[in-house]
Amino acid sequence: MCTSCGCGGGELKIGGKPHRHDQGELRFRRPNHEHGHEHSHEHSHGESLRRVRVEQDILAKNNAYAAQNRGYFASHGIFALNLVSSPGSGKTTLLTRTIEGLNGKVPVAVIEGDQQTSFDAERIRATGVPAIQINTGKGCHLDAHMVEHALQELKPAAHSLLFIENVGNLVCPASFDLGEAHKVVILSVTEGEDKPLKYPDMFAAAGLMLLNKVDLLPYLSFDVQKCVEYARRVNPRIRVILTSATSGEGMDEWLGWLRARGA
Amino acid sequence: MHEMSLAESVLEIIENSAAQHGCTKIHSVWLEIGQLAGVEVEAMRFCFDAVTRGSIAEGAQLEIIETPGMGRCLNCGKSIHLNERYDLCPECEMPVEVTGGTEMRVKELEMT
Repeated sequence: MCTSCGCGGGELKIGGKPHRHDQGELRFRRPNHEHGHEHSHEHSHGESLRRVRVEQDILAKNNAYAAQNRGYFASHGIFALNLVSSPGSGKTTLLTRTIEGLNGKVPVAVIEGDQQTSFDAERIRATGVPAIQINTGKGCHLDAHMVEHALQELKPAAHSLLFIENVGNLVCPASFDLGEAHKVVILSVTEGEDKPLKYPDMFAAAGLMLLNKVDLLPYLSFDVQKCVEYARRVNPRIRVILTSATSGEGMDEWLGWLRARGA
Repeated sequence: MHEMSLAESVLEIIENSAAQHGCTKIHSVWLEIGQLAGVEVEAMRFCFDAVTRGSIAEGAQLEIIETPGMGRCLNCGKSIHLNERYDLCPECEMPVEVTGGTEMRVKELEMT
C-alpha cells in the first residue's frame, strides 16, 4: 500500500505501471473537523481516558480528491462522466460507437477501469482516441485518487468529453465520487427489469440510465415500462434513453445529450 | 467489498485524531452509519477488525449507531421513515426524496 496516501494495496496499476508517488505531486491536505473535547477522569492504567468528538465523514478523503478533480475539469472545460454498470452490459462497445458518432467534432478522452487487462483501453485507442487503463488488482471500484493520477498521465485536452468507464460492478462504485458531472448507469435488457430495485444505490446516484441492447428485445420477455418505473421509483429525476450500439437505436438522443452536456 | 476501503478510511481518521491529541491507544470507536448508506454493518465490523490489527485501534470496542432512513414525499410533502430507498409514501404510493439515513461518519473516539 502507498504509505503517502494509503491507496493501491500494492497491486494498483495506472497505464500498466505500478502506482508510485513522484516528487512535486499535489499532496492531499486532510480537512480538520475536530472540535471540542471533554476530559473524562476514568483512570485506566493511570492514564486519563479522553473522549473526543470527531464528527468526520468516512468518505471525506475521497470527496476531497473528487472536489479537486471537479475543479480541474471546470478550469479546463472538461465534461466528465462516470459510466457504471454490471460487467458485460455493453459499456465499451457503446463507447466505441459513441466515439464514431461524435466523428472527431469534439475532443474525447477515456479512463478505463478493470481489475486486470488493458483490453478496454486498447479497444478505445484503436478508435484514435487517447485512453489510459487503471487496473485495480483486487479492488472493486475506482476512487477519486486513482482518477487524479490517471489524469496526470492522460492529460485530456481542454473542452474534452471525458468518459471514465468504472469497474463492472453495480454495488460499490455508487459510493465513490470521482469528480464527475454525472454518473451514467448502463443496464442491458438481458439483465432483467428488476435491477433498479435490487441495486437501488447505484440507480439513485445516476443522472441518466442507458437501457442498452434493445435490439435483443424481440427475443426476451423484458418489461421496459416496468424497468423505467422501478428506476424512477428510486430516483424520480433519472433520465432514461433506450440504446443499442448494434442497431444504432437511441444513439442520436444519447449523442444529443452529450453535446448538450447533460442539459 | 467496499467496506474494506471504508474501514481503511476510518483507521486513517482515527490515527490522525490520536496524533492530534497525543494519544497512542484507542479504546472505543463510535461510527454513525445510515440505514440507506449502502453499508453492510456486519461487513464493516469484519473489515474494521481486519484493518486495525497491529494498529493503535487493535482490540478497540466498535459501536455502530445506525441512523434511520428518512424521506419526504414528493406529492404530499409528508416526512416518512424509509427502510429501503425505493419505499413509497404509504398514503400517496408515490416516490419519495431521501432526506436522511445516508451518513457514514466517525463520531467519537475514546483514547489514552
